[in-house]
Amino acid sequence: MSQDQTTELLERLRVAAAAHTPIQIQGSGSKAFLGRAPAGEPFSVGGHCGILNYQPKELVVTARSGTTLEEIEGTLAKEGQMLAFEPPYFGPGATLGASIACGLSGPARPYAGSARDFVLGVRVLTGKAETLRFGGEVMKNVAGYDVPRLMTGAFGTLGVLLEVSLKVMPVPAAEETLVQERSTAEAIVLMNQWAGRPLPLTATCHDGDRLYLRLSGAETSVRQAASVIGGEPLSDHGTFWRSKLREQGHGFFHRDKALWRISLPAATPRLDLPGNWLMEWGGAQRWLRTDLDASAIRKAAGAAGGHATLFRGGDRSGQVFHSLSPALLQLHRNLKQAFDPLGLFNPGRIYPEL
Amino acid sequence: MKQIIILFAALLLSACTTEQSNKDRDKESSGPTVYGQINMSVDILEQEEEVGPYECDGLSAYRQLPLLVLLPRTVEEVQRILRLCHERDIPVVARGAGTGLSGGALPLPDGVVLSLARFNRILDIDPANRTARVQPGVRNLAISEAAAAHGLYYAPDPSSQIACTIGGNVAENSGGVHCLKYGLTVHNVLAIKLLLVHGELVEIGGEAPDSPGYDLLALLIGSEGMLGVVVEVTVRLLPIPERAQVVLAGFDDVEKAGAAVGEVIAAGIIPAGLEMMDGPAIKAAEDFVHAGYPTDAAAILLCEVDGTNQEVSEHIARVRDLLIAAGATEVRTAKDQAERLRFWQGRKAAFPAVGRISPDYYCMDGTIPRRHLPEVLRRTAELSREYGLPVANVFHAGDGNLHPLILYDANRPGELERTEELGGKILELCVEVGGTITGEHGVGIEKIRQMCVQFSPAELQQLNLVKQAFDPKGLLNPGKGVPTPRRCSEYRQLPDRERGTG
Repeated sequence: MSQDQTTELLERLRVAAAAHTPIQIQGSGSKAFLGRAPAGEPFSVGGHCGILNYQPKELVVTARSGTTLEEIEGTLAKEGQMLAFEPPYFGPGATLGASIACGLSGPARPYAGSARDFVLGVRVLTGKAETLRFGGEVMKNVAGYDVPRLMTGAFGTLGVLLEVSLKVMPVPAAEETLVQERSTAEAIVLMNQWAGRPLPLTATCHDGDRLYLRLSGAETSVRQAASVIGGEPLSDHGTFWRSKLREQGHGFFHRDKALWRISLPAATPRLDLPGNWLMEWGGAQRWLRTDLDASAIRKAAGAAGGHATLFRGGDRSGQVFHSLSPALLQLHRNLKQAFDPLGLFNPGRIYPEL
Repeated sequence: MKQIIILFAALLLSACTTEQSNKDRDKESSGPTVYGQINMSVDILEQEEEVGPYECDGLSAYRQLPLLVLLPRTVEEVQRILRLCHERDIPVVARGAGTGLSGGALPLPDGVVLSLARFNRILDIDPANRTARVQPGVRNLAISEAAAAHGLYYAPDPSSQIACTIGGNVAENSGGVHCLKYGLTVHNVLAIKLLLVHGELVEIGGEAPDSPGYDLLALLIGSEGMLGVVVEVTVRLLPIPERAQVVLAGFDDVEKAGAAVGEVIAAGIIPAGLEMMDGPAIKAAEDFVHAGYPTDAAAILLCEVDGTNQEVSEHIARVRDLLIAAGATEVRTAKDQAERLRFWQGRKAAFPAVGRISPDYYCMDGTIPRRHLPEVLRRTAELSREYGLPVANVFHAGDGNLHPLILYDANRPGELERTEELGGKILELCVEVGGTITGEHGVGIEKIRQMCVQFSPAELQQLNLVKQAFDPKGLLNPGKGVPTPRRCSEYRQLPDRERGTG
C-alpha cells in the first residue's frame, strides 16, 4: 500500500495550529499504552504510508511513517535483510513512525544497536507547519545537528514524522539459542563475560532460573561459539525471542501488577527489590512486576546508575519516566519550544512540562 | 582587547587566595562563586608567539590568531572560564588536538581558545561493563591501548587516531575505516559530562541504556562545539576480534569496482573495512610506501573481514569469489599479518602520499548513495579538467564516503581559490545525487556555504533554533556549522562561477 498524505496532514496541522488545538499523533494505536496518557485531538498518520526507496546493496530503506513494520520487514526479508534493532510491534498494524517515535528496540539491542543507531534521516512536520528534512539515506552524514536521532524516542513531542530512512542489515546465515540453568547472580556475570569475548552473541535473557543465549552469524562461527558456551539448544528459538520476549507474550508479562522497565549498567548485581524479575540485554534491561512504591524503585535504579520506567499499568497520569535534573529539563523545554512553539504535539506524553 | 586579556588573567589568577576570591565574589553578583577557593592552574597564553600554534587546525588554509588561549586543568576552571565569557559576551572556541579538517577549531580574533589538552587522563576502565570513562583530551588510540589488557578496544578509528582526542571525536562525530560495521562516534559513546554555555554541568546519556527524555547525546555528538563543552566521555568498548584478514582486488574499471562493493554487501557480508582508491591515488601510495598495489589498475578495493577465526575464513573465501565474479583483474589475500598491514599502510598513507606528488592538496569529504559512484567520479573528472586541477580519489566505499583530494599549489596566485571553488562544486554534486556535503569531517568554517545547498532556509532556521536552545547568545564556536539565513541568501545570489567554498 502506498499513499502520500503530506498535503492533508499539513493542512490539518495548520488548522490545529490556528486554533491552538493540541494533537495526539496516532499510527495503529499499538503503543498508546506507553508513556503518560495521550492527550489532544487524534491526529492519524496511519494512512500516510508506503516504502519510498529500498536499496539492498546500500543497506538503506526509506518509508512513510504510516507504513507497517510488517510490510517493511517482509520487503527486507525477500532480500535476506532485516531491521537489526528488532523493533517490538506490541500489536497488529504497528507502524514505522510510532516505532521510531517511541525509540523501542528488541532483544538484539546491546549487541546490534538501538533504534536510533539505525536512523539515518527523517522528514518531519514541525509545530510551525513546515516540512523539513534532516539526515538522509547515507551511512555517514555530519551536516547539521543530528535531528533524526533527536526525534527518535521523543514520543512525537517534537514533530510529526513523515518519512524515516533506516540502515538495514543482512539476516545472519545461522542462528542458535542455548539454554543453561543459572541463578540470577551467575547469569549477570556470565552474560557480561561472554559479551567481552569475541563471540557472536546477539541476545540474552534470564527468566529467574534459566539463561537464554542467542548466537548469530556465519555457520561455522555459531557452531564453534556454541561449543564454547555450552547448554541445551532451544528448538523453537524464533518464537522465544520474538513472541515471548520482544512482544512480551511470555507468562511473566501477563500478571496484574505494574510492569517496570529498569535500565542499568549491564553488570550491576541484582537489585534488592521484591517482585518478579526477568532480565535481558545482558542485564542492562530488567523487567520487574511489583506493587512496590514507585519512589523506592526509582531510588534503587538511580542509586545503581540507572533509571526506571513505568512500562505497563499503574498510574499513567503521574510520573512514568525517570525525572530529569532541573538543568536537563530546561534544555528539554528549550528544544520543545524550538520545534513546537505552540505546544501542539503529544502534550505531556513524556513529562507534564513538555 | 588587551584590556580583556588583563581582566581575564586577573580574574583567573585572583582566585588563588580566599581573600581575593572574596573580592571576586563581590564583583560577580550574577551567580554563585563556588569556585572561589580553587587553586587555579589555568595556563594563559597571550603573546603572539604563544598563541601562534593555535591559529589553525588541520585545515591550514584558514588561519586566525585568537585573542587568548586558555589551558585549564579542572572542570571547575572550565566552568569559571565559561561563566566569565558568558557574562562578558566573549566567544569561546573549544579545541582538542586540532587535527580537524574543516576549520572547526579556527579561532576568533575577539575570542578565547579553550584547549582541553590538559584533560588527558583515563579515569576508569570497567571490563565487566565494557566501558571506559576518560577525559576529553585523551587520544583516541590511547583508549584502545589502555583497554587492550582486557581484550577490548574502542572501535572508531579516524586516520588521525594517534593524535586526535576523544573530545574532538565527540564534537565531530568522527568515523574511520570501520564505520560500516562498527558505526561512528555516536554509536560508541554512552555518556558525556557537558558544561553548558553558562558553566552549568549536566550529565547526558549513561551506561544504562535509553536515558529518559530526548536523545541529547545524539544531538551533542557532532555538534562541533556549538552546544556545550564536553569535559568527560564514557565510551563503549568491544572485544578485539579473534582475527582480521584483508583481500586486495584490482579492477581495470572504476565502475566495476563500485559494483563489486554492492555485490559483497548484497551477499550478506558486512566487511569491517571496505576501501577504494582510484588510479592516481594508487600510484601515489605505491610510490610512497610500496604496499604492493597494482599500479596499472584503474581502481583497487581493500576488503577486510573480521570476527571469529572460522567466520573470517568462510567470509574471505566468499569475498574472493564475489570479487572475481564482479570482474576483478587480480585478487590477493594477505598471506600474513605483515602483508595485511602493508596493504593497509598504502591506504592509510594515501593523503601524505598525494602530498608528496603535489605542493599542496585539499581533502574533500562528501558522502553519496553508492549507486551514483560512476556518475560522481565521471563528473568530478570533468570538473577536474575544467579547473585544470588533478583529483585523486580515496573512498570509504562501504559507506559511500568519498574523499577527493585536489592537487594544487598554494604559491600560484589564485590557485587556492580555484581549488576551493572546485571542492565546493564536488560537494554540491554529492548533494545533487542525494548525498551530503560532509560524511565525517564536519562543516566547520569550510563547508558553511554548502550548507545552504543541502538545507532549505526553513531547515537552517530550525538548526539555528536548536543552537539557541543551548546557547542563546551564540558564544560557543560562532560562525561554524550552521550558517545564518542571511549568509545563505547572499550565497544563493552569487553567480554560479563564484560559488565555491570559503
